[in-house]
Amino acid sequence: MNVRLVNLRRRGTSTKSMAAGTAVQPMTAGTAEGIAAQDFSSVVESHRPQIFRFLLASLRDVDLAETLTQECFLKAHRNWSRFRGDSSPMTWLMRIAINLQKDHWRNRRLQFWRSTRSNAVDLDEASDWLPSGERTAEQQMLAREQVTQVWKVVDHLSERQRTVFLLRYVEERELSEIAQATGLSEGTVKAHLSRALGKVRAELRGKQ
Amino acid sequence: MNWNDRLAAEDDPEVMQALGNFKASVDAWCESAGAARSHPRSAPNAARPVWRLAAGWALGCAVAATSVAGALYERQHKQELARIAAAQAAAQKAAQVNPVSGQSSKSEADQDLLANVDSDISRAVPAAMEPLAQMMDSGQADNNGTK
Repeated sequence: MNVRLVNLRRRGTSTKSMAAGTAVQPMTAGTAEGIAAQDFSSVVESHRPQIFRFLLASLRDVDLAETLTQECFLKAHRNWSRFRGDSSPMTWLMRIAINLQKDHWRNRRLQFWRSTRSNAVDLDEASDWLPSGERTAEQQMLAREQVTQVWKVVDHLSERQRTVFLLRYVEERELSEIAQATGLSEGTVKAHLSRALGKVRAELRGKQ
Repeated sequence: MNWNDRLAAEDDPEVMQALGNFKASVDAWCESAGAARSHPRSAPNAARPVWRLAAGWALGCAVAATSVAGALYERQHKQELARIAAAQAAAQKAAQVNPVSGQSSKSEADQDLLANVDSDISRAVPAAMEPLAQMMDSGQADNNGTK
């Protein structure tokens, strides 16, 4: 999506018509809102699965991930007019999702004494999900074991390390994008990732 | 991933295989959750048992009948109260219209009571004093005889 073009459209002018010197018809507020709404719906359609997947991997709770995904897009919709396009919509949405997730963990910490029940699935259950590709039973078992080990490491990572790790190895984001989404420097992101990878390697070596 | 971004640990094939399996697992889970969400939610309502529907209707009818009966009872009770209040008001009005007759009957009752008290006193006092008076009379007579 060309964000710059969208922003110009929102202002009610068209670059092409201006360049050609043709009469510019001023866009009414209603039309601009309509276009913005159309843009937003396409953003939702294209980025919703990624946001949901990131939140699901972070929280291991389908219902909660669904709720936070909806909240994320609601928040994005409310602030859509203020989105300047400094980063890609995906990075912007990811940042909102990370903040929502942070809020959730903060609230959950407060609710700890009220012994709230979590719907998060345990590590073994989370490892049950494997694509049914052309694999032998032995390969399936090995893959399942590896997935369990990675989940175990992810479970013991700090909140920030987990976010960085999942953005890199589940969402396959570039370091610069991760840095933008988390508000960290690229160096810090690298440090978090290498620490997390070290833990994964130690876990894999330890089991052999 | 960008090759410039690669970390040292990412050169380890075993680690990368584990991370690949992890991503595939998360993707599979996500797809499964997405498929579950896309199922129509009205399906369970269609399979609702008949007895539940019948029980719902019966409960609804019972509630409606109770509310109608309650309203009728309330109305009757109000009418009864209004009748009693009207009768009391009529009696009070009648008492206010003839105050003289009431006063005269009261004074007659008072006079009767006083007459009873007078008659009791006038009868009791002489009867009590009579023996004493007789003794005094006889004593005086004796004294006169001895003298």
